[in-house]
Amino acid sequence: MILLFIVTILLVILSFIFNLQKTIKGMKIAVKRFGKIIIPLLIMLVLVSVILYFIPEQVITEYLSNGNKYSNTFLASIIGSITMLPGFIAFPLSGILKDKNVTYMVISAFTTTLMMVGILTFPIEKEYFGVKVAFLRNIMSFIIALAVAVITGILFGEVF
Amino acid sequence: MTKNKIIKIIIISSFIIFIAVSYMLNFEQGIDIGKNFFEFSLNLILLLPCAFILIGLFEAWVKRETVEKHLGKDAGFISYFWAVILGGCTFGSLIVALPISYSLYKKGARLTVIFTYLGAAAICRIPMTIFEASYLGVKFTIIRYLVSIPLVILTSIILGSYLEKKNFKVMKGK
Repeated sequence: MILLFIVTILLVILSFIFNLQKTIKGMKIAVKRFGKIIIPLLIMLVLVSVILYFIPEQVITEYLSNGNKYSNTFLASIIGSITMLPGFIAFPLSGILKDKNVTYMVISAFTTTLMMVGILTFPIEKEYFGVKVAFLRNIMSFIIALAVAVITGILFGEVF
Repeated sequence: MTKNKIIKIIIISSFIIFIAVSYMLNFEQGIDIGKNFFEFSLNLILLLPCAFILIGLFEAWVKRETVEKHLGKDAGFISYFWAVILGGCTFGSLIVALPISYSLYKKGARLTVIFTYLGAAAICRIPMTIFEASYLGVKFTIIRYLVSIPLVILTSIILGSYLEKKNFKVMKGK
């Protein structure tokens, strides 16, 4: 994080020294782009905080550590698609799941959809590429995540 | 300002009022939701200005020809390799990767490459990978990489080519 700040500031200074015009143009683009997504972004944050209140970590752990592994894989991918967790929450949570003997297949479905499929980021995604592309990309990512989960399960000897 | 936008602003302001009132009345549920909100927002508030400044500089400095040459129509298979590397070096999440991919697209990168980049930015960001491996084991991470990257490239090519064939033009927000 600090590294990112330093790099950004350094690059701005460098750009400033070499070409003032381009730097100003770049800053204008930055402000314009940021302004465009600020509202969908805030909406997303509101939704994330409300959804996480109703589906807290304990509930996710509880659901995924009981029941059939195949239905859980599917359930995990659904939960992963609708929630949005930053890595510092998602991976410790996956670690807990692993300790509770949840199969790697289920964990894989959860983390992969978490990273690739974003129902909550959909409003932002459509701002950039339109509804059609956003929709197709998310569907495609969901299928990839399921495939990855199943293969992970096979390679860890959890299937068959 | 469109009607849609006004509704969204109303939703956001009523949410903020709800959180503020919850704090004043010590309404526990509201405070919990508010805490979630602040935790996630803080993360993004620190991240996004840097991301957008870098995107702005990128658009001002990098020539269209450069992007076209490496990520455009005639760049060949190596462009997917670049897309995966770029994705791996992206920080943050889709929220950062999306504006970056949009800039790349505007500068002449192919749709297929864009999809690969977005996929890679989701699944193989380097800092996240280290984090993941420490919690779930190296084997898990390696399997996930070896399986998901080829799948991402393959599906990106299929989806991107399909859209290109239909002469698809990106229309923002529609």
